[in-house]
Amino acid sequence: MSIQTILETMEYGVAPEDDSQARAWLATHEEGFGHYINGEWTKPAALFETRDPAGDAVLARISQGTPACVDAAVSAARKAQPAWAGLSGHQRARHLYALARHIQQHARLLAVLETLDCGKPIRESRDIDIPLVARHFYHHAGWAEILEDELPGHTPHGVCGQIIPWNFPLLMLAWKVAPALAAGNTVVLKPAEYTPLTALAFAEIATECGIPKGVINIVTGDGETGAAMVAHKGIDKLAFTGSTQVGRNLRERTAGSGKALTLELGGKSPFIVFEDADLDAAVEGVVDAIWFNQGQVCCAGSRILVAEAVAARFEALLRARMTTLRTGQPMDKNTDVGAIVHPVQLERIRDLVAQGTAEGATLHQASAPQGCYFPPTLVTDVAPASILSTEEIFGPVVTLTTFRTPSDAVALANNTRYGLAASLWSENVNTCLDIAAQVKAGIIWINCTNILDAGAGFGGYRESGFGREGGREGMRAYLRNPAAISASAKAKGSTPVPLATGPAQTIAAGDIDRTAKLYIGGKQARPDSGYSYQVKGAKAVVGLAGLGNRKDIRNAVEAACKTTGWGKATGHNRAQVLYYIGENLSARAGEFADRLERLGASQKTAKAEVDTAISRCFWYAAQADKFDGAVHSTKSAFVTLAMNEPLGVMGLVAPSAQPLLGALSLVLPAIAMGNSVVLVPSQAHPLAATDLYQVFDTSDLPGGVVNIVTGPRDDLAKTLAAHDGVDAMWYFGDQAGREMVEIQSAGNLKQTWTEADDARDWAGRDGQGRLFLERATQVKNIWVPYGA
Amino acid sequence: MKTQTDSRSGEAALVPTAVARTGHVRNPGMALDVAMFEGHHVNRAATERRTATLAGRRSVKKDHQAAWLVNAVRCVDLTTLSGDDTADRVKRLCAKARRPLAPHIEAGLGIAPGALHVGAVCVYPTMVPHAVKALEGSTIPVASVATGFPAGLMPLPLRLEEIRWAVAQGAGEIDIVINRELALTGNWQALYDEIAAMRAACGAAHMKAILATGELETLGTVYAASMVAMQAGADFIKTSTGKESVNATLPVSLVMVRALRDYGAITGQPIGFKPAGGMKQAKEALAWQILMKEELGRDWLNPDLFRFGASSMLGDIERQLEHHVTGRYAASSRHALA
Repeated sequence: MSIQTILETMEYGVAPEDDSQARAWLATHEEGFGHYINGEWTKPAALFETRDPAGDAVLARISQGTPACVDAAVSAARKAQPAWAGLSGHQRARHLYALARHIQQHARLLAVLETLDCGKPIRESRDIDIPLVARHFYHHAGWAEILEDELPGHTPHGVCGQIIPWNFPLLMLAWKVAPALAAGNTVVLKPAEYTPLTALAFAEIATECGIPKGVINIVTGDGETGAAMVAHKGIDKLAFTGSTQVGRNLRERTAGSGKALTLELGGKSPFIVFEDADLDAAVEGVVDAIWFNQGQVCCAGSRILVAEAVAARFEALLRARMTTLRTGQPMDKNTDVGAIVHPVQLERIRDLVAQGTAEGATLHQASAPQGCYFPPTLVTDVAPASILSTEEIFGPVVTLTTFRTPSDAVALANNTRYGLAASLWSENVNTCLDIAAQVKAGIIWINCTNILDAGAGFGGYRESGFGREGGREGMRAYLRNPAAISASAKAKGSTPVPLATGPAQTIAAGDIDRTAKLYIGGKQARPDSGYSYQVKGAKAVVGLAGLGNRKDIRNAVEAACKTTGWGKATGHNRAQVLYYIGENLSARAGEFADRLERLGASQKTAKAEVDTAISRCFWYAAQADKFDGAVHSTKSAFVTLAMNEPLGVMGLVAPSAQPLLGALSLVLPAIAMGNSVVLVPSQAHPLAATDLYQVFDTSDLPGGVVNIVTGPRDDLAKTLAAHDGVDAMWYFGDQAGREMVEIQSAGNLKQTWTEADDARDWAGRDGQGRLFLERATQVKNIWVPYGA
Repeated sequence: MKTQTDSRSGEAALVPTAVARTGHVRNPGMALDVAMFEGHHVNRAATERRTATLAGRRSVKKDHQAAWLVNAVRCVDLTTLSGDDTADRVKRLCAKARRPLAPHIEAGLGIAPGALHVGAVCVYPTMVPHAVKALEGSTIPVASVATGFPAGLMPLPLRLEEIRWAVAQGAGEIDIVINRELALTGNWQALYDEIAAMRAACGAAHMKAILATGELETLGTVYAASMVAMQAGADFIKTSTGKESVNATLPVSLVMVRALRDYGAITGQPIGFKPAGGMKQAKEALAWQILMKEELGRDWLNPDLFRFGASSMLGDIERQLEHHVTGRYAASSRHALA
C-alpha cells in the first residue's frame, strides 16, 4: 500500500506476529503427542485433534489419556515423590528457578503456541500470560527455599492431581505446578483438551531443565481422563480450575475419599462504578474486565453496576470506547479481542445471548469478523433475574444495570451464587474500603481489574470454590498442616446408637426438673418435633434432650444468618465476649464437672475437661484480635491487603466424646473469627452443650451467634450440609457421615472439614490452634493502587 | 466529524481531498464554567495503566509505520528556544522545516519534492522576524512563544504586549504559558481572565496554551487547567514549555485529550493538542499518534489539531525513514542538521 494511501486513512494495517518457529516446533511432532510420564513420552495413541480456533486448522494430534495412562502417571509421581520431598528446600528452589529461567528463554514460543491453540490475542499471551507464568515459578522457587523457616512442620500432601481449563492454559499450569513442587509434592496434570500445547511444550522444558523423572507428569485427554484422575486412589490432593458444574461433580465424586481438595470455579463478578469514579478509567476497566481474553475469564467483571447519577454518561463513554475495539486475528498485534476458544463455546455464548434477548435485553455490539468470533457486547435492559445477569457466560458479554446508593450496590453485587471477584470504582477511599469489606468475593480490585500476581492469593467465596492460589495462603493449600490429622489415621470415628424417644426409667426424683431445650436465636426453643430423647449416663438415663429435626435446623440457620453484626465487631469486642464466656464457665465449673460426671466421666477427667474448656476460651479470645491478615508484596504502586474474613454461617457437628470440650473446641474458633454457628452437639451427651446456653446468655453473646440443635447427628448434619444458607461445615464423626457431608455440601460448594471424631485428642494441643482459625476464615485479597 | 486539510499547506498531493479541510475553526471560547471540571476525577494509576498498555495494543509496521512517521513530520512544530539562538540558527532551522527529509528519502517514499514540510517553526519572539523571512514563500506558519515564556511571571500588561509584538512581527501562532500560581491555588476566574485577555491580544494568530503540566503535577489540576484554557479561547492546549523538569508524558497527554474531548462534546468546538518537550525518538512519535487516534480519532492526526513540540525527534524520524527506504540503518551525520 502506498504511503499516500495510508496517510489518507491513517489505518494501523496489520502487524502479524511471526508464528513460523512455533509451527516448526509443531512440525517436529507431526506423529502426534504422547503423554509425559516419568520424564518420558509415551507413544502417541488414541489421537484427537487440537485446532486453531481462528484459522480452524488442525495444529496437532493429542493422545486421549486412559485410566491406565493416569495410573502410570500417578505411579511415576508416587515413586518420585519421596526423593523430591527429600531434597532440601534449596535444591527444589534451584529446580524451580531453572524452570522460571527456561520459560523466559522460550517465552515467545510459548506465547505464540498459546495464541495459536486458544485464540487469545498475542498481546495478552506475550505481555500477560507468559510473564506471569515466569513470575509464578520465580515466586515459588522462593517458597521452596524458605518453606522450612516460614511454615515449619508442614509437609507435602504427596501426589497432586491437577486439572486445568483452556482459558489460561500455561498460566493455570504454573499456578498449579509451581506451588505443588515448591511444597515437595509431585504432580499429574491434565491440560484442557482444547488447549494442551503449551503444557506439552512445558514438559519438554522440564526435561531441558533436568527436573527429576516423575516429578512432573502430564496426561492429555478430555473429561474422561479427568474423571480417571478424580477416581484414582493414589492421588492425595486434587486441584481443579474450571466450571462450577464440574467442580460440584468433582466434590461429590471425591466425597469421603480423604483427598485434599481445592476448587477455583466460576464467577459472575460485579463491576461497581460509583458516581465519584474516574469514569474514563472505569470504562477502560470494563475493557480489561470483560474484553480481556474474550471474556473467557473466571474473574471477569461481567455485571456492571453503575450509580444512576452517572449511568447515562458512563454508558455513552463505554459505547464510544467499544467502537475502537478491534476483534479479529489473534496473531495480529493490533487485536484487542481474539477468537473464542472453540465453536462449542461460541455456540454456548450465542445461545445464552439469544435467551437474554428473548427476555427483552438490548444488545450493543462492536464489530467482529466471520468465524469463531463473538463481538464485544454490552447488554442493557436486564433485570437481576435475567439469564444474562445470573449465568456465567464466559464470553465478551457484559450487563449494565444501575443502583441508587452504596447499600443498593452491595445488595446487587452480592445477589449471586458466586463470589470470585469484584471491581470497585470510586475516588473516595472510604467508599472503596467500606464496599470492599461488604462484597462477598475473594478478590477485590479497587480502581483496577484483573490484576494478578503470584504474591497474592486468588480464589473465591461461595460457589466460586475454595482454597487460594498464590501467596502464603496459596502455599498452605499444597501443604499438610502439622495439626491436621492424616486421612490414613487409624481412627474410624464414632457411630451413634439409635435414639430412644419413649419415657425412660426414673431419672431424678426430688430435684426441680430441668428441661434442656434447643437454643436458637438467643432463645431457648422447644423442638419442632415435640419429642425428646433419652440421654444415657454411665449407668442409667440422666436426662432428656430435644429431638431436633430439619425445621429446627432451618430456624437455627435463619437465626444465624441474621446476626450480621458479629462478623463486623472488632476482634477486641469478640475477645471480650469469649473471655466473659470463660469467666462464667469458671463460675459454674462445679456444675459442669458434675454434669460430665453424671454422663460418665471420672471426677478427675470431668474437672480437667472443664478446666481445658475455660483455658480454650482464653486462647481463642486472645486470638480474636491477633489472627490477622497480611499486606502482600505484589506489584509496584499497589497495596495488596490479605484479610482474614469469617466464612459466615457454619454448621458444626461436634465429636461424641468429651461433649463439653468437643463442642467448645469447634464453637470458640468459629465465633472468635466472626462466624455464627449452628452446633449439633454430641448426640449421646448433648446436655453438656445445652447447659452452655445459660453461660452464653450471661456473657453478652448476641443472640443467633451460637445456635444449638440436639438430636440425631447425621440427620441434622445432612440438613445442614445441604442448606444453601450455610457457608461451611465442620463434621467430626464416622466415615459414612464424612462422605455424606461432603456429598451434600456440593450443592452450594460450601467448605468442609471432616474428620474422624476420635482422631484428635481434644484435651491436648491438637484440640486447638491456628489450623482451626485458618479453617474458620477465608482470605480476601484487596488490591488498592495508589498515585497522587 | 471529518477534518480537512489545512488550506495554507497546499499539500493536496500528500493529504487527499477526501479529508481536506478548509481551515481551522477558531475556538471562540465560552464563559468560565467550573462545573465542567470541578468534581471531575482523574485516577492516576488507571491513567498510567491505560497509556502503558496502549503501546502493546497497537503497532504500526513497515509501510504503515513509514506513513505514520511521515505524518508525524507534518505535525512537528520544529522548535528552537535557546538563549543562544541567532538569526542564522533560525534560518538553518527553517531550511530543515521546508525540507525535513533528504531528497532520496522523499523519493523512496513517493513524496513529491518539497511536498512535505513540518507543521510550524517555533521560536522566541525576537527570532520571529528571522523565521518569517526564512520561510517566505512557504506555507509554514511561524509560532512564537510569548507571555514571559517559560515561567510566565511577568506583569500581565507586558505579557499581553509581548503577544501583540510577536503577532506584529508575523507570528501566525502564539504559544502562551499559563500562570501556574493561579492554577495551583485554584483561582480559576483569574486564570480564565488572563488567558482570555491573551486570546484577545492574539487577534488572528492561533493561540496554544501551555499548561506546564510538570509544575501542576496532579492530573486533576491538569484537567481543570485544560478546561479553563479552552473556555478562555485556547485553540490548542499544550503540555509543557520544554523547560520544566518533567515535560510531555503520555498520562498527562491522555488527561488533556480527554479534557478537549469533553469540551468538544459540550461546545462542538474541536481543540488541538500539542505535547512538547522531551520527545526524542521516532517511536514516541508513534506512541502519541496512537494515543490521539485511539482517544480522539483520525481527525486528530492532522496538523490543524495535533502538533509535536520537538526538535531532535525529527532527526530520529528521518533516520528511521531512511532505513525504511534503503533497508540499511542510517547515521545522523548523513542527514541535514535542523
